Amino acid sequence: MLVAVSFTLFALGLLGVIIRRNVLVMLMCMELMLNAVNLSFVAFSHQMASAAGAVLVFLVFVVATAEIAIAIPIVLLLVRNKRAMDIGAYADLKG
Amino acid sequence: MIDSLLLYLFAGSAVVAAALMLVLQHPMRVALALIATMMSLAGVYALLGVHVIAVFQVLIYVGAVMVFMVYAIMLLDVRDHSYTRRFSRLLVPGITALTIFLAIVAHGLWRQLPPPPSGRAGAVFSVVEFSKSFLSDYWLHFELVSVLLVAAVVAALAILKVGRRKRG
Repeated sequence: MLVAVSFTLFALGLLGVIIRRNVLVMLMCMELMLNAVNLSFVAFSHQMASAAGAVLVFLVFVVATAEIAIAIPIVLLLVRNKRAMDIGAYADLKG
Repeated sequence: MIDSLLLYLFAGSAVVAAALMLVLQHPMRVALALIATMMSLAGVYALLGVHVIAVFQVLIYVGAVMVFMVYAIMLLDVRDHSYTRRFSRLLVPGITALTIFLAIVAHGLWRQLPPPPSGRAGAVFSVVEFSKSFLSDYWLHFELVSVLLVAAVVAALAILKVGRRKRG
């Protein structure tokens, strides 16, 4: 059951990244995907009665924190340059 | 009995709050829905007996990451009305794919997953066991992650410096 919940959360997060247009909302949907993966790790760790999954979740926490610490300044700079949070305003970043 | 009831309740509220994230308009409301999802997941972890992860879910995710995110939302309160559309053009194919995916997951769930292999399933491990395993078996990962954190801090400083130089 928990694995199905984790799949659903991951799919919702991916859908959010695809369909929403606000940059910050897309970032938060990425956080949701990380949380879904954490849930599956904890569920498997609970089933196997081993601490490896919990340790992995802890490392994912740290990686998520580092990701946010880099992503937020990038978004800050983008918004300062374009005065818009919409992903369509950054269309000129296409190579 | 009450444990499984609470587990279903927390899992359901996590999914509902995650679905709310997709339809709410303002970023602050999306952030609050995400915080609700994370708190529900912390409840799920606590019910599974992984109290360490539940505590750190609340402390790190809700206490640090989401507070940072909320600060960013307050800082970037740009009121531009040039793009009022909430969803991109991929709305219809995205929702179609999500529906198909959820149908497949529900089908797999309905066909009943195989039971967990060992008889030890559902065992609860404590903070002591977690910390011993963390700092004796996984010390290399711990050190690598600390290097990653330092790199992230340096990268954030470098990004801000580039932006400052550009504005003069």
